[in-house]
Formats: sequence, C-alpha cells, structure tokens
Amino acid sequence: MSDSSLDNLPKGWKSVPNDLGSDQTAFKGVQWGKAMMWIFLLSDTFIFSCFLISYMKGRASTVVDWPNTSHVFSLDFMGVPVPLLLIAIMTFVLITSSGTMALAVKYGYEKNRKMCAHLILATAIGGLIFVGMQAFEWSKLIHEGVRPWSNPFGASQFGSFFFMITGFHGTHVSIGVIFLFIFARKVYRGDFDTGRRGFFTTMKSDYVSIEILGLYWHFVDLVWVFIFAFFYLW
Amino acid sequence: MNENTEIDKNKDKPAQTHKIGIYLWIWGLLFVLSFFSYMVDWYQFQGILRWSLILFFMFLKAGLIMAFFMHLFWERYTLVNVLLWPMTAIACFVGLMVAEAKYTFFSRLIYFVLGG
Repeated sequence: MSDSSLDNLPKGWKSVPNDLGSDQTAFKGVQWGKAMMWIFLLSDTFIFSCFLISYMKGRASTVVDWPNTSHVFSLDFMGVPVPLLLIAIMTFVLITSSGTMALAVKYGYEKNRKMCAHLILATAIGGLIFVGMQAFEWSKLIHEGVRPWSNPFGASQFGSFFFMITGFHGTHVSIGVIFLFIFARKVYRGDFDTGRRGFFTTMKSDYVSIEILGLYWHFVDLVWVFIFAFFYLW
Repeated sequence: MNENTEIDKNKDKPAQTHKIGIYLWIWGLLFVLSFFSYMVDWYQFQGILRWSLILFFMFLKAGLIMAFFMHLFWERYTLVNVLLWPMTAIACFVGLMVAEAKYTFFSRLIYFVLGG
C-alpha cells in the first residue's frame, strides 16, 4: 500500500540506490512482517522450483512414455469422460478464492470489518473445497493403482512426482485455510480495530496482517498456475 | 526529520486503497485465461503450439496475480528487484537440468534400448 510519507522520495529506478543507500529500512513503506513474508515466499519459490525442475528432469530423461494426463485425470460427467474436468474446477475454485482474498485486503485497509471478515471466510471455504477435491483426486488415483513407484498408465516416475508436488501444494493450501479461519475470527472480533494483542505475540493487531495473509494465499494460487501448466497440461 | 516517525504519524489514517474495479478486472481476466489454457487441452493442440500457448497463458496469469493481487505493481522498485532477480537463478537451473536430462536420456537409449 502506498504511504504518503514516501511521496518526497525518488521514484522508479532512482529509488533503488536511494532506498538501499539510505542507512535506514531498505524496503520503505513495507511493514517488517510483510517484508518477511515476501522473503519466505521467495524461499518457498525455490522449493517449488526444485520440485518442478526435478519433475522436468525425470520426465525428459525417461525412455518410457509419460502417462497421458488428460486421460488419467478425466472424470465421467453423465457417462461421458471429460478430460481434466476436476482439475479445471479446482483451478477456478482457487482463482475465485484468490479474488475474494484480494477484496478482503482492500476492505481491511478501508476498515470495513464485516466485509473483510466475510470475504476471508469465503476464501477459507474456497480453500477447503479445493483441498476436498484434491483428496478425492488422490483417492481416485490410488484406487486406480497409482503408487509412488509404479502406475498402470506409463512411466513409473509419474506417481512420485504427482504425490510429491500436489501433496506439498495441498499442504500449503491446508495451512492457509487454518490461518484464514483464525484471521476471520480475529477480524469478526474486531482485533484489528481495537489493536488487541495476539495470542503468540505482544504486538498489536493491524490490518497489515490481512495483506500478509493475502500474500501467502495468492502465492498458493500462483504455484497452482505453474503446477496446472506443467504437470496437468504439458 | 526522521522518516520513520513520519510513517508512524500516518499510521492511523486509512491507507490509500485501489478501486474495486481493478480487482474485478484482474479476477475476470484470470478466469478467461484459465478457460483458454483449459481449451488448449480440450482441443488437443500438440507440439510447439501447445507448449507455447501453455507458457503464454501461464506467465500472463502469474504476472497478473503478482502485479495486482500481490500489489507488486505498486511496490517500490527495491522490493520488486529483490524478488524478481533471484528468478534468473531458477532459469539457469532449468537450463542446466535440460542439458542433464538430455544426457541421461541418450545414455539410457544407448544402454537400455540399444544394449550398449
């Protein structure tokens, strides 16, 4: 969020040497928690990149055909197999929850407590639906005989990459859902208006926390964009 | 005057927020782009066309999410630079592993399929 005290500072590329050489906070106008969340997300980007790169390496170096994902992940709809149907619905659910989160951040900064809380709750429910559909997908594939070491559709590396990548992403979604519920309760209670101190910290609550939570949630959506493209569509 | 005290003074004022229209537009665009990338599979495009379309929609979606939902478009350049330059390391890693994968693939062809 822009801050009026930053208006006098240089803008654009000139701001980089100015901010870094100011002998003060380098990330001007960025609350420390938000900067830390960005650094965490950067490290998380490297973890997911390592998973996706190892998947690329595994898939590119196997001499056995890779399973046809649009066939493996097809779902019967009224007797007709629709390719990637569940994955498409999961993608739209996650984008929807990302949109409600973006609006929650906006209403939080406008100190619109009710709207903010409702939207965080909607985001959490979207995340819950996503995890539920992923659990369904996992059980379906396990039922069809997909294992981390073998599967009936093709190259045996498929299972381990599938469970590792979607599992790690699903864990991120689940942790996000837990935090969304916690923060929905905090916003409903008015912690961010009264500056009530948190359970694990002595610091006062502030609506910046909602933006930090939003960064995490958008990141989860961002990772799904890459998983959807590389794992399911490629 | 110390800049930090100035920031503290502004703390109680509601922060400047963006119009709801921006978020709704990006939201809609993400839906449309996701629909298009699903259509890539639906119409079973193959080869270079498939891969380039997948990458195009993927990077467009990722860019929109980062720029507007994660507010990077409005952040100061220092933060943006710190976050985006490390991506070149990932790109280098991808390049290295493509070369490695080719080497492994041809070794396997020679030893498993042709029998050395």
